Amino acid sequence: MSYRLDYLDQLESEAIHILREVAGQFERPALLFSGGKDSITLVHLALKAFRPGKFPFPLVHVDTGHNFPEALEFRDKLVEQLGEKLIVRNVEDTMRKRHLAEPKGKFASRNSLQTYTLLDVIEEFQFDACIGGGRRDEEKARAKERIFSVRDEFGQWNPKLQRPELWTIYNGRIDKGENVRAFPISNWTELDIWNYIRREKIDLPSIYFAHEREVLEHEGQLVATSRFIQLDPSDKVSVKRVRYRTVGDMTCTAAVESSATGIDAIINEITATKTSERGETRIDDRVSEAAMEDRKKNGYF
Amino acid sequence: MDLLRFITAGSVDDGKSTLIGRLLYDSKNIMIDQLEAIGRQSKNREDGEIDLALLTDGLRAEREQGITIDVAYKYFSTPKRKFIIADAPGHIQYTRNMVTGASNSDLVIILVDARHGVVEQTRRHSIIASLLNIPHVVVAINKMDLVGYSRNVYNDIVIDYAEVAKTLGLSDVTYIPISALNGANIVDRSEELSWYDGGSLLEILENVEVQNSVNLTDARFYVQYVIRPQVEELHDYRGYAGKILSGTYRKGDKITVLPSGLESTIASIEIAGKEVEEAFAQQSIILHLKDDIDISRGDLIALSGSQPQVEQDLEALLCWMGNKPLVIGNRYLLQIHSRLVKAVVKDIDYRLDVNTLQKEPSPTMIGLNDIVKISLKTASPVPFDSYNKLRTTGGAILIDETSNVTVGACMIQ
Repeated sequence: MSYRLDYLDQLESEAIHILREVAGQFERPALLFSGGKDSITLVHLALKAFRPGKFPFPLVHVDTGHNFPEALEFRDKLVEQLGEKLIVRNVEDTMRKRHLAEPKGKFASRNSLQTYTLLDVIEEFQFDACIGGGRRDEEKARAKERIFSVRDEFGQWNPKLQRPELWTIYNGRIDKGENVRAFPISNWTELDIWNYIRREKIDLPSIYFAHEREVLEHEGQLVATSRFIQLDPSDKVSVKRVRYRTVGDMTCTAAVESSATGIDAIINEITATKTSERGETRIDDRVSEAAMEDRKKNGYF
Repeated sequence: MDLLRFITAGSVDDGKSTLIGRLLYDSKNIMIDQLEAIGRQSKNREDGEIDLALLTDGLRAEREQGITIDVAYKYFSTPKRKFIIADAPGHIQYTRNMVTGASNSDLVIILVDARHGVVEQTRRHSIIASLLNIPHVVVAINKMDLVGYSRNVYNDIVIDYAEVAKTLGLSDVTYIPISALNGANIVDRSEELSWYDGGSLLEILENVEVQNSVNLTDARFYVQYVIRPQVEELHDYRGYAGKILSGTYRKGDKITVLPSGLESTIASIEIAGKEVEEAFAQQSIILHLKDDIDISRGDLIALSGSQPQVEQDLEALLCWMGNKPLVIGNRYLLQIHSRLVKAVVKDIDYRLDVNTLQKEPSPTMIGLNDIVKISLKTASPVPFDSYNKLRTTGGAILIDETSNVTVGACMIQ
């Protein structure tokens, strides 16, 4: 018998270990589910960590109202198959309740408003730990994130006060009102995720695969036309064959031109690409050099 | 394809950031948009070259407040291996940062400036590497371009470092001359260094044997979580979920639960819903036992033939990471994997000078970055192995009960 573990097996085992640490250390954890490939992978890992038992946490989706319909359909189908609990909270409700202003502009994104809803749902259910699908290779603020990351009462991340994380020992002790964000796939790269999805034959929403879509070209990025986006007369709109490399809101996620209809083709394209995942597909990170750092400090996961 | 976790030890002055930038760039793990971003930041430079060191640049909070966050992680891969780099910033808090990054590393790259040779900092990094028991050491003699790629300079440094390695008992040391700035011997071998007959740094990283640092003889498994589905058809199901830290477990093996000492036999082993005959180190599994005995999170399941020590009085080398001083008689929490116990620091034997290895007996003020030998008394027995024998069950953290902050890293003796 060979006692060697392939790198994907090591990453998988590490993620399962972290999920079980969350279950063992916290009273009311939750798994933040966005409908994207990273959180779908997390759900798959949770199955491996806890079946035949139930998940020791509900899935929580913060719905901005700007989601791709395909992602929402997929979410509901997946939850039904799993037989696990899903909590959905809408950013629109938070906006009404808290009299928040609707963001303006061409690509008016509710991305930053999600944080309000997230902090509200944490308080409503008294969650003490939220599992997220953040990866350190995504962005440089994420590269410095701990696997167990403590947030204060205001949900804020304080980069100065991070706890040293040694060996595979995770210190999840917190005071009342604080919570921990736990990141089981911290050490996975985009390509690791895709290779794992291929190996495990994990289902994904259809928008990850090449399809025809009406898009608008904006500063080199392709944004799907939808009722959430203002079209100007000068806009160049055309139908292109595209797929999504990440799935966020329709207002802040760009598509890439692609003819890849299967996982192998996608992996080939990603291996060959010269642009990073966030650089190619996220409109929200372009605002400033430190966009992610600022959002995280304010409670974003 | 396997996985290597390594740490780079050195400061900006040694060219550490340039080295990491170069590894990522030359192995084609940098994307155009990332390169453009650092290109914009490099514009102010007079020579117009892109500054690869900026790839490891920190957050705005770090730049503005002059602080550094302990460790940043970087990822790259080649067809042979996936690599995780723990990039620990140098300067003031270096001991704490390097200890943190080293705790999960299988290899350390110690950077030496060819112009300066083995200096105090080199010794410090090597001492920490030996305390943390990192299996492989690569001494990268950098800035060879500034000494005319001289073979003699390189040889002298190798002779000097061999003394350090001997004193510390470092057994696996590889030497390599490089120029991170020019990319010499990083990914591709270099013409200027044709007198050097070893592989490039990347070849060394790709070929170092990682498997031999995995212990397959002493079976250790800490229970993280007990799985008990509350449904009729599975009402007898009781699975102990955890990760095998070392050794192997087979169906039918006799086991001992620690610290209770209760014994049983493995009825079955599950990995992700599938039953297996045998499981081994680093796998996350579910164990089922023949007998219904009292086991909960924090218990260690060992094979009856090879048990760890179980004690309440522990001796440890402690790296202090708290901003407040360590006080004899203070109570802390000791966490070793899933086991959490109250502990009192009974005595501080000596402070270890990380530059000289000298022991200062009975020190009074213990502050951030100090490494001390301590005696601990725990409220209940703790199963462990000596850190030098097993890194996985010999490492533990100390937590301040009042602030919940991790204040120390213990290497149990």
